[in-house]
Amino acid sequence: MTDVDTPQGMLEPVADVGGAAQPLLQVTGLTKHFPVRGDLFSARKTVRAVDNVSFAVMKGETVGIVGESGCGKSTTARLLMHLMPCDSGAIIYDGMQVGRSLSLRDLRRGMQMVFQDSYASLNPRLTIEESIAFGPKVHGMADGAARTLARELLGKVGLRPENFANRYPHEISGGQRQRVNIARALALSPRLVILDEAVSALDKSVEAQVLNLLADLKREFGLTYLFISHDLNVVRYISDRVLVMYLGEVVELGPVDAVWDAPAHPYTSALLAAMPSSDPDKRTEVPPISGDPPNPIDPPPGCRFHTRCPFAEPLCAQHTPKLTDLDTMGHQAACYMAIPGSGHSRAPAKTTGDNAA
Amino acid sequence: MTDLVEIDNLNIRFTGDRTVHAVNDLSLRLGEGEVLGLLGESGSGKSVTLRALMRLLPRKRTQIAGSVKVLGQDVLAMDDEALSAFRGQTVSMIFQEPALALDPVYTIGRQIAETVIRHEGKSEREAMARALEMLEVVRIPSAKRRLESYPHEMSGGMRQRAMIALALACKPKILLADEPTTALDATVQIQILLLLRELQREFGMSVIFVTHDIGVAIEICDRVAVMYAGQIVEQGTLRGIVRAPVHPYAKGLLASTIHGAKRGARLETIPGTPPSLDHAPASCSFAPRCSVAQPGCAEKLPPNVQIAPDHAARCVLAESASTAIT
Repeated sequence: MTDVDTPQGMLEPVADVGGAAQPLLQVTGLTKHFPVRGDLFSARKTVRAVDNVSFAVMKGETVGIVGESGCGKSTTARLLMHLMPCDSGAIIYDGMQVGRSLSLRDLRRGMQMVFQDSYASLNPRLTIEESIAFGPKVHGMADGAARTLARELLGKVGLRPENFANRYPHEISGGQRQRVNIARALALSPRLVILDEAVSALDKSVEAQVLNLLADLKREFGLTYLFISHDLNVVRYISDRVLVMYLGEVVELGPVDAVWDAPAHPYTSALLAAMPSSDPDKRTEVPPISGDPPNPIDPPPGCRFHTRCPFAEPLCAQHTPKLTDLDTMGHQAACYMAIPGSGHSRAPAKTTGDNAA
Repeated sequence: MTDLVEIDNLNIRFTGDRTVHAVNDLSLRLGEGEVLGLLGESGSGKSVTLRALMRLLPRKRTQIAGSVKVLGQDVLAMDDEALSAFRGQTVSMIFQEPALALDPVYTIGRQIAETVIRHEGKSEREAMARALEMLEVVRIPSAKRRLESYPHEMSGGMRQRAMIALALACKPKILLADEPTTALDATVQIQILLLLRELQREFGMSVIFVTHDIGVAIEICDRVAVMYAGQIVEQGTLRGIVRAPVHPYAKGLLASTIHGAKRGARLETIPGTPPSLDHAPASCSFAPRCSVAQPGCAEKLPPNVQIAPDHAARCVLAESASTAIT
């Protein structure tokens, strides 16, 4: 009962340890493989769900992750939340690592997640107020204070507490439930919120409402978002920087406008070109790439995209391109066509003094 | 242009613990070789309308009133025998989840051949040849080998192609598509949309395409009907609706899509949530959420106003829009 002195207040936000220059989240070499049973006589196979993924999220920014199903975006989110152990790699939250200078309990205070399925992520036997108050109570808040906080947060997410606090999850609509999930995530005063396809299941008009709400909450609580979605329009709208993933790897990352205006990886170009048109007179005439994303079980060697890439050359099947800086603004791509002097016929010429791979 | 589908004053009620007024006074025409989009959010009645066209709704719990005519035949009066001849041959349907729509215990080839044998009385060999031809038509690579595949052995995009092959096996005049690309990845969705567009032209079919995604409708439809609370609130040519929507709901829906919205700028939204369908509407269903509602909107049903030769909207505001044009 430590926080009873401010019954109207929230839990004390997790302190900023590293200062503004320290990334809130630093991920290096994150890897997760799942073994799967092979056929009766064949060897065990491996799903390379997340393979050597590195990125950083600065304080106060919104980072988007895009990619198709099976690209590892949700596995990445679960690894970050420590909902499953990673095989290798490091997840550093504000300069601290879980198990060393940070307890799992404190990490979960500082980092919260909103899932796609708004119904499955709420306990059907708790009222909405109880669901939101549950987290703060686990972290030592008194019952009365936690319920007051829950009602206050309901107001913040645009649901009138007197109408909603005592209802059960099945009694409200999907958009309202997702607002409840957002309120619940905020109840622990986190600094980082991971939104895993949080608006994907909502109708378009409701999706716009929730996106506006997320923008308001970000400003009010000084939040940092990691926004995972397959919808490129939404990611462009909400993100400052974006990561494009394909079969467990990051193929391109950079400021959203740089990636949209000048995609350097052919997969990014294909994803952008695959968006349905918004102009009846400019319909898509040719599909940007053919085929389905390959199975992440035993992905192709070399560049994983080479099986669908219109520009693939023998080099691409033999060697794996590394994420390489394209400019000084943090735009990076893992494609031999973007790496000077890589040996790909479309690669830019190597400039003097450049030591690219 | 003759109308293949004529729906007049269709009302659909689901009875049970509570009554749901799923479709209210809906009238619709589908011309030959035309792709009509039914656009709306969840619960707007678009899928129910589609299922009523094929009489796929649970018989005991559904009350259907009005008239549904396909090629001049009264669908609501058909007996079981007439229905099963009608389904698959005249009208056929593809669904959102091919994994659920295909039978898991039969190979793809077997399922297509069965339809052909059943409807056209072909021999086993002829039917298998048609199955192979269909898989080639929908561009499934190494089609011959795929005849022997079970649905679970195929990827999502491949399964959707197989379902399209199955639906088109008997060359139906009308294809009903219920969000067939919603569950697919972006790069696969566009391939399936382009395939459907091409097959529609090649086979000269008429298509009713249900979707909640305006981008998808723009890629494939000639005409669009926007649905809200079981009613068509606006219908017209795709260009007419996208460029100059009249009904406030259609306007809001178009404005709230995030196409090219500027980062940091607020998105336009429609406040509130759709109404419950416990009662048949006695006034404009959208009035409680409408920013330009007038006192009269909550009192009586709005008129269905013809704004242009092929553009109508159910809104009092459309009356001034129509006088502006004429």
